Amino acid sequence: MSTANLSSTAGSGVIKLADLNAQGLAAVAAAPFVMHADDAAAIEHETHHYEDPRAASIEALKIVQKRHGWVPDGAIAQIGALLSIPASDVEGVATFYNLIFRKPVGRHVIKICDSISCYLTGFDDVHRAFSEKLGIKLGQTTADGRFTLLPICCLGACDKGPVLMIDDDTHGNIAPGNIDSLLERYV
Amino acid sequence: MSAAPSRARLSGDTHPLTYRIQPDLQPLDIKAYEAQDGYAALKKAIKQLQPGDVTKLVKDANLRGRGGAGFPAGVKWSLVPMGADAPKNKYLVCNADEMEPGTFKDRLLMESVPHQLIEAMIVAAYAIQARRGYIFLRGEYIVAAKNLNRAIDQAKAAGYLGEKVCGGDWGFELFVHTGAGRYICGEETALITSLEGKRANPRAKPPFPQIAGLWGKPTVVNNVETLSNVPHIVLRGAAWFQGLSQGKSKDAGTKIYGVSGRVKTPGCWELPMGTSAREILEVHGGGMQDGLQLKCWLPGGASTDFLMPEHLDLAMDFDTIAKARSRMGTGLLTVVDHKQNIVSVVRNLEDFFARESCGWCTPCRDGLPWTHKLLQALERGQGQNGDLEALEQMTRFLGPGKTFCAHAPGAMEPLQSALKFFRGEFEAGIVKPATQVAA
Repeated sequence: MSTANLSSTAGSGVIKLADLNAQGLAAVAAAPFVMHADDAAAIEHETHHYEDPRAASIEALKIVQKRHGWVPDGAIAQIGALLSIPASDVEGVATFYNLIFRKPVGRHVIKICDSISCYLTGFDDVHRAFSEKLGIKLGQTTADGRFTLLPICCLGACDKGPVLMIDDDTHGNIAPGNIDSLLERYV
Repeated sequence: MSAAPSRARLSGDTHPLTYRIQPDLQPLDIKAYEAQDGYAALKKAIKQLQPGDVTKLVKDANLRGRGGAGFPAGVKWSLVPMGADAPKNKYLVCNADEMEPGTFKDRLLMESVPHQLIEAMIVAAYAIQARRGYIFLRGEYIVAAKNLNRAIDQAKAAGYLGEKVCGGDWGFELFVHTGAGRYICGEETALITSLEGKRANPRAKPPFPQIAGLWGKPTVVNNVETLSNVPHIVLRGAAWFQGLSQGKSKDAGTKIYGVSGRVKTPGCWELPMGTSAREILEVHGGGMQDGLQLKCWLPGGASTDFLMPEHLDLAMDFDTIAKARSRMGTGLLTVVDHKQNIVSVVRNLEDFFARESCGWCTPCRDGLPWTHKLLQALERGQGQNGDLEALEQMTRFLGPGKTFCAHAPGAMEPLQSALKFFRGEFEAGIVKPATQVAA
């Protein structure tokens, strides 16, 4: 699929995960993917930073994910076409990097640091508190599609352990007692 | 991040990396940075020094890599082909993929003094005559990305970046490249592979990146803290840099040391190279929290061997810590208190390494999950006779020279030292014969 083709579909049919509940996730996964024209342009722009357009593959996946919350199947081939590389290479990259989601995730993604400093300062208690509060294990999404809970490696804020991220925000000194007020900020 | 904002005003003569950091840790904009000697080193380099002079200064200063390996930066640079016959495209890459568990120094430098790194990269690129640079920044460092990109825009507008740096005839452009996770991206050659848009598998050396790196072109990869020292060396000289360690070490400069774990005041501080681990833990880190005693400590990240309380008076420098059979690594201590079971601590570490293996070579891909399983069994009291011997065998089979890169050998460091110092705790996890009969 060419860049021109993608541009002609501007603004149409973009499905946002936020509009759907968990039961609808399967439908989302099956829906045909339409790349937003702005995203195609942003990916094209990225390629100019490198000797080889392939180098933009990770950023391309992140651009798509920023809009859709995850990277739908159809995006893989379209990114491949934009960068002139095989879809299998794009999929190889997408499945290698843990911040790229190849399955739908909740509206908010909680990433709890489980590395050594946070382990020593209370990861187990924090992890248990989130699991019990949300009724999910690491790797799962709440039934209402609001939260996905994931482990993450050291976030480089070890003096504030236990540390976690919710979406783009880093929070430190997490205690089981303060997770309710924290979660309220992410509806 | 605490760069000791509560202390009296720091001086650039003694605390070059952090003296400009504001008490609220907010980033310095270009005006405030320039007002404190910012970009003075770049102007000096472009107007008064040849590229080779800059490399010689960094070599003479004995600036060793702050990413953990301690390789001399000037030596690394001097391997890059120079002159008319050198490839036209050469690259400078900053390793800002700070992901070594227990390490939180580069974040501070990038969030609070982004212009220092930008200036450092321009000076370093001038030394190797690179035309383009990338800051390979881990995807989770959202604030650092924002602050660095804003600093790059300001530097471009001021003529420090672009076709004619400082009005001279050499041009340099710089991009922030953000990653999408995976610890292995911090390995020099895996980082290059990732920057090319591929799965982050490491590459064989030689050829070294200085000869054939990014897209096969000469490439230098340096850590954030390493690079951040460069403008100060250019401005104040190699002898000044050598003197910064105040005779505490034959290594030069300052080091951003830190401590995390259950201590009273965790944080990081710029101190003379060779400061003792005891001073870092007890003076700056405030000592252990009440009721806790120090059991053991990692000198500089998850991939360094444990040291014991009796090692606290050692100078934290590359050679001294190596003599004690560990590595200084990133220089940020992780302290383990006496209430922790060492088997659980090591199980946590090996869980991390198993998950973060790139899967490229067999010993690492299969050996690390196996190691993790053995530790999990011992942690649950379900270990079998022979499990400790199996773990010891792992430390050899996954050791240096047996795997494609340093990931698995790094993973074996805390394991082998824990087995050495705390063998009894591992043995306690083996199922007792009586229990087997009862079960």
